[in-house]
Amino acid sequence: MTGTIMGEADIARALTRIAHEIVERNDGAASIVLLGIPTRGLPLAHRLAARIAQVEPGFEAEHRCGALDITMYRDDLFKNPTRAIGVTSVPAAGIDDAVVVLVDDVFHTGRTIRAALDAIRDLGRPAAVQLATLVDRGHRELPIRADYVGKNIPTARSERVDVRLEEIDGEDAVILRKGSEHASPPEHA
Amino acid sequence: MRHLLSTRDLSREDAITLLDTAGQMAATQEREVRKLPTLRGKTVVNLFFEDSTRTRISFEAAAKRLSADVINFSAKGSSVSKGESLKDTALTLQAMGADAVVVRHWASGAAYQLAHGGWLHGSVLNAGDGTHQHPTQALLDAFTMRRHLVSDPTGADLAGLTVAIVGDVLHSRVARSNVYLLHTLGARVVLVAPPTLVPVGIEPWPCTLVHTLDEALETHEIDALMMLRVQRERMTGGGFFPSPGEYTRLYGLDADRMSRLPDHGIVMHPGPMNRGLEISAEAADSSRSVIVEQVANGVAVRMAALYLLLAGEEGAS
Repeated sequence: MTGTIMGEADIARALTRIAHEIVERNDGAASIVLLGIPTRGLPLAHRLAARIAQVEPGFEAEHRCGALDITMYRDDLFKNPTRAIGVTSVPAAGIDDAVVVLVDDVFHTGRTIRAALDAIRDLGRPAAVQLATLVDRGHRELPIRADYVGKNIPTARSERVDVRLEEIDGEDAVILRKGSEHASPPEHA
Repeated sequence: MRHLLSTRDLSREDAITLLDTAGQMAATQEREVRKLPTLRGKTVVNLFFEDSTRTRISFEAAAKRLSADVINFSAKGSSVSKGESLKDTALTLQAMGADAVVVRHWASGAAYQLAHGGWLHGSVLNAGDGTHQHPTQALLDAFTMRRHLVSDPTGADLAGLTVAIVGDVLHSRVARSNVYLLHTLGARVVLVAPPTLVPVGIEPWPCTLVHTLDEALETHEIDALMMLRVQRERMTGGGFFPSPGEYTRLYGLDADRMSRLPDHGIVMHPGPMNRGLEISAEAADSSRSVIVEQVANGVAVRMAALYLLLAGEEGAS
């Protein structure tokens, strides 16, 4: 099955559910910090924070969001063309003893998350790290799992999952495309 | 980019990529853990044929913060003092598996020869060759100017800024590197030097030339004032200026001259300083002085250069 898998309303519903699950799982949002992995994890982290703020009045969304660039922690730096380094920003209060929720758009091999865990270790010592992802497409190469999943999409390795977001692409959609046999999309590796 | 040899080879896009990457590197240096795993398993050789403290330490710190292994090689006390040629030294480093060689040499063109001699497989970073080029110094100067003088630095160039470079231009690879880089980034460069300290053949350089500091301060609105070190070790035989006192009177930066800069104007010096000769203690220690910050930015810029040269596919441009 290829084509549009999730539309604007589906994405909105999934994010609302995840926001509630985060609050429920952690008995409130008092120690939650959301770190988005650029590029598309970042707007997703902000959307989740805004939704959490709606149910938890004391939660200041803009002070609980950050960006975590993982470029310098990748395990394939010497196998691909040189990558530009993105911004890492952590809330002023830091992440020590917080519950960090990593936010990414597509969860695939797990290598991005492995790199993110290394990056977090250099930023502080959170009480726990959890993972939220809009799409889980399978094909894990490492023993890593997600805590919050918007939608599980069974895929072939050769297929591509494109997440498009209003803030970056001008629309909200998740699209599954037939890929070439060999190439797996590097940005979701 | 495979080598970093001269600021003349850098396009505007290359230069801005280097400065932006340096910005991200500088941000990592404010963390509790400043070490990154990025260049784990790579070997960087510091090959220094000429004395240097800050550049060598700066490159060493940059490589170590990126988890590369660093081998320091100085000509003193090595087989070079027994007469080994640059080629044989390079072949030795190649055999040891150097991924990058940072070279400082007293001969202009040594870095180019090392990069293009076919002796080495790795990248070459020029850390100063004779009176030719010192590209990472110019990049850290541009980075410092952009931070202080451009309101939204990331992705920006230095268009509209005026930078005066004062003093011993003749012997200065810092001045040569800066003239070309600052021009590429859109800044206006004014060189200030006595005729005896201006190199022959300066006409095609993309800059203007005046002969006293007072004239420069009167005729230009200077955003950044860069004082060069008087390189007395390269002036054996003398005759470049009548006396240190006269040099200081015409080209030295004191409190009075500093007060004639615009309010936002910054004072820079590549170090090491001759306090009391080209710059007074008052100017060097004033709130306009960004000299200490230049050193800190040097590490970030060299991290960026090492990252951009060493990360990425083997053989990819």
